[in-house]
Amino acid sequence: MIGFELVRRAAPSQAMQVIAPLQAVLLTLLAGLGLFALLGQDPLHAFHQFFIAPLSTPNGVSELLLKASPLCLIGLGLAIAYRANVWNIGAEGQMYIGGVFATGLAIHYQQQWGAFMLPSMIVAGALGGMLWAALTAWCRARFHASEILVSLMLTYVANLLIKYLVFGPWQDPQANNFPLTVAFEDNALFPLLAELGWDWFEGTRLNLSIVITLLAIPLAWVFSQRTFAGFQLAVSGSAPGAARYAGYKESRAVWIAMLMSGAAAGLAGVSEVAGPIGQLNDRWTPQYGFTAIIVAALARFNPLAVPVAALLMALLYLGGESVQIELQLPKSISEVFQGLLLMFLLGSEVLVRFRLRRRVSAARGDGQ
Amino acid sequence: MKRSRLLGVALASIALSVGALGAAQAADPLKMAFVYVGPVGDGGWTFAHDLGRKAMEKALGSKVSTSFVENVPESGDAERVIRDLATKGNTIILTTSFGYMDSTLKVAKSFPKVEFYHATGFKSASNVTIYNSRMYEPAYLAGIIAGHMSKTGKLGFVASFPIPEVVRNINAYTMGARSVNSKITTKVVWVSTWYDPSKERQAAEALIGQGADVLLQNTDSSATLQTAQDKGVYAFGWDSDMAAYAPKAHLASAIETWGGYYTKLAEAALAGKPLKQTVWGGIREGMNDLVNVNPVIPETARKIVAAKKAEIAGGMQVFTGPIMGQDGSVKVAAGKSLTDKEIDSVNWYVEGVEGQLPGQK
Repeated sequence: MIGFELVRRAAPSQAMQVIAPLQAVLLTLLAGLGLFALLGQDPLHAFHQFFIAPLSTPNGVSELLLKASPLCLIGLGLAIAYRANVWNIGAEGQMYIGGVFATGLAIHYQQQWGAFMLPSMIVAGALGGMLWAALTAWCRARFHASEILVSLMLTYVANLLIKYLVFGPWQDPQANNFPLTVAFEDNALFPLLAELGWDWFEGTRLNLSIVITLLAIPLAWVFSQRTFAGFQLAVSGSAPGAARYAGYKESRAVWIAMLMSGAAAGLAGVSEVAGPIGQLNDRWTPQYGFTAIIVAALARFNPLAVPVAALLMALLYLGGESVQIELQLPKSISEVFQGLLLMFLLGSEVLVRFRLRRRVSAARGDGQ
Repeated sequence: MKRSRLLGVALASIALSVGALGAAQAADPLKMAFVYVGPVGDGGWTFAHDLGRKAMEKALGSKVSTSFVENVPESGDAERVIRDLATKGNTIILTTSFGYMDSTLKVAKSFPKVEFYHATGFKSASNVTIYNSRMYEPAYLAGIIAGHMSKTGKLGFVASFPIPEVVRNINAYTMGARSVNSKITTKVVWVSTWYDPSKERQAAEALIGQGADVLLQNTDSSATLQTAQDKGVYAFGWDSDMAAYAPKAHLASAIETWGGYYTKLAEAALAGKPLKQTVWGGIREGMNDLVNVNPVIPETARKIVAAKKAEIAGGMQVFTGPIMGQDGSVKVAAGKSLTDKEIDSVNWYVEGVEGQLPGQK
């Protein structure tokens, strides 16, 4: 029998670390072509509708950036945490609390605080995300509780907290008992780029919150590549024994990783409630915190690759809508693509640590 | 070379003008798009809207061309989808869930030539028209049946959100039941979702566990009905005919029938006079109904239901006094009726509903 077998590499392959995500994307695209053909569509036309058409207008581009921005922001935080081997799965909940903190300020003080409103909300949102992440960090550092479980569970707690607030104390009295807060005033909203004189974005929803993301990308890179704390985190993650020997405290790595990823998620929360939504309601569960996990993984936890991965994931959402509107294909096709991407990525990962070798036939093998 | 290009231009312009003439006569189809909150699926709220879309397409044939987007979350995504549909040349866009209200208004502002129709909202604009169905009418009729069929005297209601639309359905169901058996009480479980079969099932199980033996729900799945069948009690279908899911437990279905309204608004738009009036229709307007009444229901009960249905179709208002509140105080005096505005902002339970309405201090 001629076949192949996996052989562990002596060291992880540098080349494959770069190739694996690209290979995953390529395989996803190929599988997509097959999928479209199976659905009875002209694959190339459907492909065009899915991946190209959404980007053919300024509005499409701005929607892509609007969707990618929170994914990127959260993905950056998660990339830093995951490098330190701290598995924060609850960015979604940290994002909710960021949104809650910002909303709390907005609905109580938007009449009084004028131009200070939005900056205060940004700070409050980051603090909210950090606070929620701190609960997980504390449980892990103090009790060695699994941060995966604690952060995931706290997401549901955060969601229930939002429900309590919008059904109760923060409900808009004019809303016919519907679970939502009052709409934010202009000083509690990110200004649209179009309003700031960027004519190209006229009529689009892209707002200034994207600047936070654009600033976060180099900051995350500098932190992870050029600072001592970033180095400590990376060592704690990849070689815990060495980190302990060098005197780095594990709990310190946990705290830094959780707080940074929490802050990023909280900021994403602000950019949502003070951006396209403009209020808090109980149905705000965009799942960005979970999708960003795929983003971080796809970027192999490299801060400079996170934006690319975020754009790709955002495009999968827009493409799904596009093929539904134009070709009446089911929208779940977006989720199929996300799943395919993750599956191919995990499959390709194997080749970083293993290589394929032609299996020598059993008879000859015995004779050696 | 030059000549042939000139010729081309000339031909093209002739073709264009002929095309324009043709358009004046046969006209391009009216492009209509629907935004759905759930999957088109095979039952429930979104399914009923899609039946309406199909009925309209059937009635108007090639005069309309429709498309839809399903599973659109009521978050920041809704605005993108609605905007996208508007830029793609749809002249009528129907947003079929309450949570699309503000997104619809925002997009409508930038597309003054597109007509928007928003289901169940309370904010309109010059090109945003609201439409809704008085589901409390079939809920009242269902209550009459429940009053006849209940042995324990306890009804159950699986409720989504404590908004007036749902509260008045609970009230109407209870009033219908008490009109034939004044000892009936209704228990309510809130699931805080419009569609979550597992939560709906748990809620139905809890209600049955507390002795409720005829259930109604204001949620979108058939889970309540199926749970009722598993536990050997009765329930109703909601939004669309759900008899097939649980033929034994199914007493009747309170359904939305949007097809007539959708056809009417498309015809009006084709005639160049788009409908702008808020529509809140019920049995009389053919916007909803109680259908597929199970033969196990005694003849007497079915006669009462048919008579009441005829009365409602003739203009009878369900919320006509005397109506007592939970504490027995008179909420609506005999001979008086709630106004539409009062029905649309009701935040109290009628006598016979147990428990406290969430959000009421």
